[in-house]
Amino acid sequence: MVEKNKLVNRSVNLGSVEKIPLGQGFCFVVGKEEIAVFRPRSGGLFALQNRCPHRNAPLCEGIIDNHHVICPYHARKFEFRTGVGSEKGESVQVYDVCVENGDIVLSKCPDANHVST
Amino acid sequence: MSKMNRGKRLVVIGNGMAGARVVEEILKRDAKKFEITMFGAEPYGNYNRILLSNVLNGTETPTDIFINPLSWYEENGITLHAGVKAIEIDREKKVVVGRSLNKNDSPYAAENPPLNGAATVEVPYDSVIIATGSRPFVPPVEGYGGPGAFLFRTLDDCAQIEEYAKGCKKAAVIGGGLLGLEAARGLMTHHVHVTVLEAAPQLMPAQLDAKGGRLLRSAIEAMGIAVFCGKITTRIERENGLIQRLIFKEGEPLETDMVVVSAGIRPVTEIAKASGLTVERGIVCNDQMRTNDPEIFALGECVEHRGQIYGLVGPIWEQAEVLADVMTEADPKAKYTGSKLGTKLKVMGVDLVSMGQTESFDPAGEVVTYREPKRGIYQKLLIRNDKLIGAILLGDVQVGDTLMQTFKEERKVSDNRSELLFGVPEVSSLTDVLEMPDSLQICNCNGVSKGEIRDRIRTENCTSVAQIGKCTKAGTGCGSCKMVIAQLIRAYAGEIVSNPSEHYYVPGVPLEKSELIAAIQEKGLKSVSAIFRKLAGGKEHAESKAGLASLLKSIWNEEYEDERDARFINDRVHANIQRNRTFSVVPRIYGGVTSAEELIRIGTVAKKYKVPMVKITGGQRIDLLGIQKEDLPKVWKELGIPSGHAYTKAVRTVKSCVGTDFCRYGLGDSIRLAQEIERRYQGIESPHKIKMATAGCPRNCSEAYVKDVGVVAIEGGKWEIYVGGAAGGTVRKGDLLCTVDTHEEVLKYVGRFIQYYREHAKYMERTYGFAERIGIGQLKAVLIEDELGICNRLDTSIEASVQSYKDPWREEADLPADPAQFKGPEWIPVLKEAVHHG
Repeated sequence: MVEKNKLVNRSVNLGSVEKIPLGQGFCFVVGKEEIAVFRPRSGGLFALQNRCPHRNAPLCEGIIDNHHVICPYHARKFEFRTGVGSEKGESVQVYDVCVENGDIVLSKCPDANHVST
Repeated sequence: MSKMNRGKRLVVIGNGMAGARVVEEILKRDAKKFEITMFGAEPYGNYNRILLSNVLNGTETPTDIFINPLSWYEENGITLHAGVKAIEIDREKKVVVGRSLNKNDSPYAAENPPLNGAATVEVPYDSVIIATGSRPFVPPVEGYGGPGAFLFRTLDDCAQIEEYAKGCKKAAVIGGGLLGLEAARGLMTHHVHVTVLEAAPQLMPAQLDAKGGRLLRSAIEAMGIAVFCGKITTRIERENGLIQRLIFKEGEPLETDMVVVSAGIRPVTEIAKASGLTVERGIVCNDQMRTNDPEIFALGECVEHRGQIYGLVGPIWEQAEVLADVMTEADPKAKYTGSKLGTKLKVMGVDLVSMGQTESFDPAGEVVTYREPKRGIYQKLLIRNDKLIGAILLGDVQVGDTLMQTFKEERKVSDNRSELLFGVPEVSSLTDVLEMPDSLQICNCNGVSKGEIRDRIRTENCTSVAQIGKCTKAGTGCGSCKMVIAQLIRAYAGEIVSNPSEHYYVPGVPLEKSELIAAIQEKGLKSVSAIFRKLAGGKEHAESKAGLASLLKSIWNEEYEDERDARFINDRVHANIQRNRTFSVVPRIYGGVTSAEELIRIGTVAKKYKVPMVKITGGQRIDLLGIQKEDLPKVWKELGIPSGHAYTKAVRTVKSCVGTDFCRYGLGDSIRLAQEIERRYQGIESPHKIKMATAGCPRNCSEAYVKDVGVVAIEGGKWEIYVGGAAGGTVRKGDLLCTVDTHEEVLKYVGRFIQYYREHAKYMERTYGFAERIGIGQLKAVLIEDELGICNRLDTSIEASVQSYKDPWREEADLPADPAQFKGPEWIPVLKEAVHHG
């Protein structure tokens, strides 16, 4: 199990959930971090570190189902809820995300204090 | 020259392959024992006579085929009398007498010209080795000799034939044995029309039986060489000194400008006879290669041993070793007991292996034959007392080496004789896999070794290829190692358990492909999510999506309800994702033929979008690599060329050679055909990619034999269609599906095959695996003979797909179906508290 990212008590609004086509992912760059947000057809919203730890591929481009994303480069799978990968020792960061009034809200988001203007 | 006193004086008569070899063997064992003198009638160091044909056909130069240069003799302290012919061994005086040859004297003449005071050499000896070899046999033909008539035996012969052929249109070769056929091939390269005349009723009578001879003959005739068998030449007719025609014992004369004689060889024995040694057909030797004079030995083609004369190098090497053992006393009791003859030849592109007897005259003998006329395959085994006593392999010689060993070692053969020809793949491969070292990498995609796989089989009881894949990833890349994994399981777990899920079209829907198609059609399922809802209990499965999307598209064509999330990224954006997250764009270039206008547009786009690499692909197209996702629609629009589909599982490229437009060998218009095929079937979705090619002649410049579908023009205005070829991680020559006359027929059968492949292949199964799984026999039965009565339907289905084809670039350049797909990441400022948009 991967620990969730160190938290700060603020959340970031990423805009309308409609930006993410149903059943796909989309990448947001929040501060310095690339975060892939996935919108399965069965509902819900999940957010993972965008870059695959294997070869740096953009996970936001992967095919998903309700539980996983498949990396578009070499088909590694990562679980939405835990970030655990199909390969030993490979996992990705998980972020808390939810929908509020039709917007994607990344709560307990990465440390925004370190971001400079 | 350094003259070391090395004791005993050895004179070697003959500086050919046998003479040189035995000297090498002697030096290897004891470099100091003898003071060696060699006589060689040809004025060179020794050369590899086997390669003479290559000198004639121009693939090698004379210097390429020298085994030992003149310096070798010096370095080893050997006195070489090159261009000096030994004419007598004076056994009383113990000297060898040689005489220098004039430039025009033939080194192989049986009669020595009168000495007339010519310089002679006398070399005293303690021992002599005769290695005079053989000379070409010239059948009694009236008028032989003079300009235009040649033997094919020496380097000088080659040079003269080559020179003379330049002024000729027609050449005749007397002798249809191996060397005669090689000479004929050599002459062809000099653009003369060649006729081969064989006195026996068939070609290569020493290596082939009558049937084999007939098959070889048709193969050779197909290359444009005329062949007459049972033809005995009696006279060469000349006018003004130039050869005009050949007269035969029977039949019409043959017009020709030159004659090459290659009618076998006869041992050169004159010196042995002149010296009073026993000579029958050859110089008679015992098992120690000794003649009837204990100080005189002989080896090679001049020798008769146990009644046998050899004309191949294998036996000579064996004799040379025995003789060297005996003479240096490295093994004074060494014995040569005769050689079992096997030859492996390539005669004008036809593979041939022949060993032992070619016909059985023994009532207790068995004859096993296999014939496949269409592929020119003929195989014959002669067996007696469960031992192989002879074999002919023509056209397919894969088992040649194994048979040769079985023959030479006189192994007992299996009761199931067919195993000799077709092998026992499981048993032999089991031994193979057991013997593989643990460190050997089996899965090259994922770097999994044999040891790792074996350990998983043992510790985790993996009994299926899929389980091994789950545990180790082996076999989950390109899949070409799956056979080896299956063998490892058989070897270490005893048997392989087939897992029903291995037969599912995709893992997430528990149905085989035919059942799945039936269910989709019956329930009218037109989208991937509908399939999950109705056939998988509502459970989405990411790995299954792309395969289902491909299948739905090929079933429903434009009725298919496209859900972009079911597509792989490449298919969402119609481009191939690269390791740095940029994309490659390959415009369609029909048949590999482009134009100045297209090239200018491609160049302009490449400049404008700062394309970091513009690469010519293996598929005769141009790849623009390193394009940003956001730029893709603009790039397509500005290119104004349809998609080449170099990113998806579909019909990709149709390569071609220059065919009849420019190539002087072209037999068929391969360019036009390639363009017709590509225009018709471009972008048709299939279980895996389909790469095609057309070749204007069987030289196969466009590599059509190793494509998923390859079409090759052959003589007679016909086209051969090959399917299931591969030249990637797996290399496989395609199987011949059929031979047709017109482009229309090519299009029809190619389409029919594609449709059958679309309907019956597993997702991600390339045509090579498919063709092997179904078998070419079955494919022919279904697609050519229409045994299932489905050809009309296949033709209609593929036609519907062709009609509904739309170029995705053109379709989405202005208005992408899913604009979000072409967006890059969105930058979110994070300095302030989250505020709600809107």
